[in-house]
Amino acid sequence: MPKIFRSSLLVLCACLVAFTSCDRTEDERNDLKDQIVANYAAMVYANYQDALEGAQTLDVALEAFVASPSEATLTAAKNAWLASREPYGVTEAYRFGEGPIDDADGPEGLMNAWPLDEAYIDYVSGNANVGIVNNTAITIDMPTLESLNEVGAEENVSIGFHAIEFLLWGQDDPNTALLTPGQRPFTDFVTGANGTAANQDRRGAYLLVCGDLLIKHLQSLVDEWNPNGGAYYATFTALDRDEAIRRMLTGIGILSKSELAGERIFTALDNADQEDEHSCFADNTHRDIVTNAIGIRNVYLGLYTRTNNTVVSGPSLRDLANDIDATLNADLEALLNSAVAATEAIPVPFDFGLTQEAVGGSGPIQSSVTALQAAGDKIAEVASAMGITISTDLPE
Amino acid sequence: MNYEPISFWYIRTKAGALALALFVFIGLSGCRDADAPLLIEEGEQLPGGQVSINDIGPNAFGHQAPGLTGLAELEFFVGNSFFNQNWVGSPASTTARDGLGPLFNARACSACHFKDGRGRPPAHPGEKGAGLLLRIGYEEGGELIADPHYGLQLQDQAIGGVPVEANYVINYVEETGYYADGTAYHLRRPEYIIQNTEYGDFRSDLLISPRVANQVIGLGLLEAIPEEALLSYEDPGDYDGDGVSGRANWVPEVATGKTVMGRFGWKANQPDLRQQSAAAFIGDMGITTSIFPNDNCTSTQMDCQAAPNGDDGEHEISNDDLRKVVLYVSTLAVPVRRQYDQPEVIRGKRLFHNIGCTACHVPTFKTGQHPTIDALSDQKIWPYTDLLLHDMGPGLADGMPDFEADGNEWRTPPLWGIGLFQTVSGHTNYLHDGRARNLAEAVLWHDGEAFNSREGFRKLSKSERDDLLAFLNSL
Repeated sequence: MPKIFRSSLLVLCACLVAFTSCDRTEDERNDLKDQIVANYAAMVYANYQDALEGAQTLDVALEAFVASPSEATLTAAKNAWLASREPYGVTEAYRFGEGPIDDADGPEGLMNAWPLDEAYIDYVSGNANVGIVNNTAITIDMPTLESLNEVGAEENVSIGFHAIEFLLWGQDDPNTALLTPGQRPFTDFVTGANGTAANQDRRGAYLLVCGDLLIKHLQSLVDEWNPNGGAYYATFTALDRDEAIRRMLTGIGILSKSELAGERIFTALDNADQEDEHSCFADNTHRDIVTNAIGIRNVYLGLYTRTNNTVVSGPSLRDLANDIDATLNADLEALLNSAVAATEAIPVPFDFGLTQEAVGGSGPIQSSVTALQAAGDKIAEVASAMGITISTDLPE
Repeated sequence: MNYEPISFWYIRTKAGALALALFVFIGLSGCRDADAPLLIEEGEQLPGGQVSINDIGPNAFGHQAPGLTGLAELEFFVGNSFFNQNWVGSPASTTARDGLGPLFNARACSACHFKDGRGRPPAHPGEKGAGLLLRIGYEEGGELIADPHYGLQLQDQAIGGVPVEANYVINYVEETGYYADGTAYHLRRPEYIIQNTEYGDFRSDLLISPRVANQVIGLGLLEAIPEEALLSYEDPGDYDGDGVSGRANWVPEVATGKTVMGRFGWKANQPDLRQQSAAAFIGDMGITTSIFPNDNCTSTQMDCQAAPNGDDGEHEISNDDLRKVVLYVSTLAVPVRRQYDQPEVIRGKRLFHNIGCTACHVPTFKTGQHPTIDALSDQKIWPYTDLLLHDMGPGLADGMPDFEADGNEWRTPPLWGIGLFQTVSGHTNYLHDGRARNLAEAVLWHDGEAFNSREGFRKLSKSERDDLLAFLNSL
């Protein structure tokens, strides 16, 4: 009985909000909400498909590299990794919304965990014998490496994008003024007399297992969101329409205000430490940040540009907000645009940029933090105007 | 489970929340008159008051307190990065995070407090850093004396070139007991065997006090409970004759040399979160701070003394970074209660009161003014603890004095979050050494001042026991 009271009260609240501004009737607005939810599901599916294709292309390049290690095949593998990060970064706007990426058994921590302790995986400067690669008692296969992820400490990351990144680039030089990423030689993968570092065969096998696992985990997300029979697609599109919208807004609110502004950017700036940057080995953190910011804006605008440049778009949260409060919508659109612009102005490489500006100052990195926080707060305000309460606080 | 998450209406809006909460409250009370007088108490579903969070999943212990403002909102994340990061030995290319050891139990705070949750004993011999460590020492005239070679804590890991102190195995001895209704139960009593001692033998009267890592939620709220409110529960002479005494531990505040009330740790041997955190940095990870500036090498551990340290001017972790870690551990929110309005939980809560558990597990306090974090001030909280020491009987005793605490005494641990250990930490090990494999075993180990309550539990019927456990699992 109390549950009935509670939900009817929520509906009542929503109605009150709806009637204060009457551009659309309640039925029309409900239709719009249903279209927003459907368009979001289509965007998410397309985006995960692109991320999967990126990982498949990467895997082909990894296989070519390990089969025949050379400067050229290493560069090709690195380029494939950088390309695969582009669609994946945009998908992070679908996190923190109780979806399959990071629900109780979601694969997020198996794909994108960071920062990682390099010594958990392979040799590091000053310590040639550490890591799973150099521990020949450990079998290198998919179940074993997956089972070792985040065991014993949160930085004990064994697999995912950043494990692959470390195996391709190697440790970044702590002297960030060199402006260089990691400089691992391709010969770390060459067996025999011309090879460098020990256990080259295990290192190559490790890299390929990581590539295969990435495909497996992204495939699971494509399957979940498949409009033809995907489990989460069915769940999501059957949700109460306000609940589905709450999840969409919660995801981008948390990503903007807490995860991106706080965890990924401010922490690195405050510590002035490349250990706290997302893609530290490849010096690709600036793209992680920009693609996240674009993903946030995408969700609001209901628009995703695919890897092949076709566009998935439809009725959006923007349309609903505009119908309820045009000024508020204009404010949020402006803030989302400034957040993307601010992140695009972050200097490259990020690790050197961190040392060139002060915490709380007016530099491009701090400005990105401020812009993303402001956008996150405004997302919560827009949600509230829609009769939905969200939290932008981050689960750690 | 047909659980419907509590809406953030409760937490985030004001007038609307009040109206809704009142509405639900009235609605429920109308349905459940039979359970009066202990029905639903106002606010109990939010154990941290406004510092509660509506997440009951694997990250339930990891949320920032709602209401942080300004720089604190961002510095929380910096503190979190230090909490999660693996420290490395010195010298290293990463000067911000070197200084591990030379002797240590874990490389990161998050090793033992994984996902800010409860640690556990090793799952198999040789497993390191899962969240159990051994305090060691000797008792002489009621005082705790350090071992000349090993100090006051056994470190079972070391950086390269420094011998590990020792390691240990646990043998569990199964014991059988019976509920009053004849149903058998089983408890496991741990025995610790320290082996491979690298720095000489221990004396035969060595005391071993195992301690697991606690969940990190709501700690700033506990710090903000007014001292006089806690001390009002002291009854060292048991003048009220309920068999429960309770007294505060009085411990040194290292930075000032003053003696102050202890609140944190299994024996309440740390006065505040800053000193508690610094003690964990030095004792468990070998990271020096301004409070504990020297690595914990004894005079006979020559390799430990000779090892390079990561001190680059301002200790291995600076005061400012320590401040951010303390901010982090102070402001992790408390998850909302589950099922708090279900009849079995309400019945279980009444039993919890009736058999006397609340004499020590005091349900609720109001926080005072927190010295640095306004969001933690003036909150009605439901920690189910008095933060006082109680004699828990010989079965749990470690025999080890710890300032005012004697070898039978333990601090009442807060109970918030205990129903989420499986979800967050992946186990249901309870008590100071994780010996209890579930909440029933934890209750059954209670003795000493808790004898009457334990017997009260033992005499309950099966369905009453289930109700009581349903209540505990709702916390």
